[in-house]
Amino acid sequence: MEQARRITLPFTDEIVRGLRAGDRLLLSGTLYVARDAAHKRMFEALDRGDPLPFDISGATIYFMGPSPARPGRPMGAGGPTTASRMDPYSPRLVALGLKAMIGKGTRSAAVREALREHNAVFLGGIGGAGALLSKSVESSEVVAYDDLGPEALRRLTVKDLPVTVIDDATGRDLYEEGRARYRTIGRAHTH
Amino acid sequence: MRELHVAKLTSTISLLFQEACHRLPNDVVDALRSARDREESGASRDILDKLLENAELAPREMIPLCQDTGLAVVFIELGQDVHLVGGDLRDAVDEGVRQGYAEGYLRTSVVCRPFTARVNTGDNTPSDIWVEIVSGESVKISVLPKGAGSENMSRLMVLTPAMGREGVIDYVASVVDEAGGNPCPPLIVGVGIGGTTEKTMMMAKKALLRPVGQPSADEENAALERDILERINGLGVGTLGYGGTVTALAIHVESFPCHIASLPVAVNLQCHSARRGVAVI
Repeated sequence: MEQARRITLPFTDEIVRGLRAGDRLLLSGTLYVARDAAHKRMFEALDRGDPLPFDISGATIYFMGPSPARPGRPMGAGGPTTASRMDPYSPRLVALGLKAMIGKGTRSAAVREALREHNAVFLGGIGGAGALLSKSVESSEVVAYDDLGPEALRRLTVKDLPVTVIDDATGRDLYEEGRARYRTIGRAHTH
Repeated sequence: MRELHVAKLTSTISLLFQEACHRLPNDVVDALRSARDREESGASRDILDKLLENAELAPREMIPLCQDTGLAVVFIELGQDVHLVGGDLRDAVDEGVRQGYAEGYLRTSVVCRPFTARVNTGDNTPSDIWVEIVSGESVKISVLPKGAGSENMSRLMVLTPAMGREGVIDYVASVVDEAGGNPCPPLIVGVGIGGTTEKTMMMAKKALLRPVGQPSADEENAALERDILERINGLGVGTLGYGGTVTALAIHVESFPCHIASLPVAVNLQCHSARRGVAVI
């Protein structure tokens, strides 16, 4: 298997254009953490015509809600949460310049279309490896919505955070391709 | 009649959740190692290596295995010759959850109203408490910190009796197929068959307490577990949905008699971070 490629954030259009489903990356730099409730708040801000709490242009959002930090540590466990819950929100943010999202699980057709249209990517974090992934976090601070507790909007500085490209900007999807490669039976009929 | 102070339940439950969220049971680690050895996809093997590394790191550095430390599911088998004293049973269980999640730096993931005020209760209570009266004078407590990634993809359907064994296999496989990478495979698939709708989901959930891969004591159920496992591992979903030959680590089937007109089937999915704890007082 090819070596993971080191990337310094923020993503540029050129780097995103070259990414393909299945590529393994190690991300370093600044990204933002938001999940369900923070996305809802960001949408309310946009609807009111207010600015977002951070510059979304070129940004990466990590769908995650960390466990509390023990004293002296930047963060507790932190791995990706299921991305489909953010599907209603993501296309609008991608249109505003969001370049990458980190999460897990299948995205909607509308999200994948937005990725193609605006040259952006969906990246898979390692679901259930919250302890290991926390070792890639150098600093963590709440940027907004502190009252949401584990769902607050955070800024993280990461070093070599491992991710895999799930949906690239050409429309390819690792979940579809991976499953097709190893599937030995037809689709089940019931349900 | 044995008297037991509920404070003992509180302290036991607090420790069980802290331990469960930091240390993966040995049988789960063994199952992940075995999956790593037989997985054909390099991408899935690479992730399985990292999951094994995660399982080793978490207890050593006291970082939870996964940030989703779950909704606190607590099963209590209460001996009928035990007299609980010193307070209310449910209050004592919730207090154990409250203490365990605070002391263990575990994430609180409960909101107070499901479809309106989704405000975090701040202490991961109320917990999900199931009490069963059994014979004897001991209390068995089993805990499952159940994350939403896998719980959200759990399903229930009442099949027609004519759909039979093949219908059950088709249905369970279709649930896992549609769940794809969302529930963090490789999975442990709890399957309840028969009973009523609530009974069958409870069986599916409780089946997750069984050590991974320990076959059902019932020969028909054990054979069904093997057949469902073979079907599911042919789906190609693989670790985290990246494609591969191991989608489930084990299938655990429980069954119960049911109505002449029904064939209920419940599928309760458990992610690879199959955390659980048990204590007998």
